[in-house]
Amino acid sequence: MAMKKSSPYLRGLKDGLPVCFAYLAVSFTFGIAATQKGFSALFSTLLSGTNLTSAGQFSGLEMISAGVSLIELFFAVFIINSRYLLMSLSLSQKLEKNVGIAKRLFMSFFVTDEIFAITNFSKGELKTSYFLGVATTPYFGWTLGTLLGAIVNGILPPSLQTAMSIAIYCMFIAIIIPPAKKELSVFICILLSGALSCVFFYVPYIKEMSAGIKIIIVSLLSAVFCAILFPKKEGEPS
Amino acid sequence: MTDLTYRILCVIVMALASYLPRVLPLTLVRKKIHSKFILSVLYYIPYAVLSALTFPAIFYCTGNIYTALIGTFVALTLSFFKLNMALVAVISVAVVFGLGFVF
Repeated sequence: MAMKKSSPYLRGLKDGLPVCFAYLAVSFTFGIAATQKGFSALFSTLLSGTNLTSAGQFSGLEMISAGVSLIELFFAVFIINSRYLLMSLSLSQKLEKNVGIAKRLFMSFFVTDEIFAITNFSKGELKTSYFLGVATTPYFGWTLGTLLGAIVNGILPPSLQTAMSIAIYCMFIAIIIPPAKKELSVFICILLSGALSCVFFYVPYIKEMSAGIKIIIVSLLSAVFCAILFPKKEGEPS
Repeated sequence: MTDLTYRILCVIVMALASYLPRVLPLTLVRKKIHSKFILSVLYYIPYAVLSALTFPAIFYCTGNIYTALIGTFVALTLSFFKLNMALVAVISVAVVFGLGFVF
């Protein structure tokens, strides 16, 4: 009883910090790309502050430069972001009980690949305060990094920038490998999903599909396959 | 439509397209799912999504397949020994950065 536990929000802040740094690097690149395409610093910062998604924003830039219609833009970005459907669904099951609609509406805005990865793999049920703690610094990192990149346009040597682009994938690897060591089924799921993803990347015709759709199909196929072969008993921690 | 209006509308449209897939499941699915099958699928989804996001994208992200492959190997090895996530990222970036001068 005497043990004083730190608040979930503070724990979240700490756990979100590595993501913040990764976001700074990626959004910096985004800011540079946007400026080079002739977008103002205000525009790219606004886009980052309201979208908070890398792949969607990068493809959005391309499409806006090409002057596509708003409907095309909507569907393309929605499809790229459709992987969030799966992540949010997963989070909805992990979320603590009795979370009101306002909190749900608010926290949804911050579901990104990385924030999902950290919060979904946290122990026990997910507290909204912990989730928002994790999301805080990455949000500002993402927005601020965009602004900085747009303004200074190339202060980091390009060689360091390209090297930093591997950071996010390394974080994903660091998340999925330790559980794969413990559970064969998880290992098989990762192997299968990675292999399928490569198939969808290299095979003619299939590779023309949008990246968002590919992620959905590949992850669903692998997860369903593993769910049939290695079902989880209810109540098992996830 | 002026260029400025178009761009402002683009930001709004993109913000909506980013928010909707995030908000729909979290607001509409309020109950706990009890189907053993769906629960099992949801258990594997995060691993599947992260793996699909990583491979094969990680091999091309540095613009040089050799530095990327070695970076991937370093990240896999360090993760195997359960190194902290941030450390895995920093060390791999450093290795890729250093190798950039070699390859």
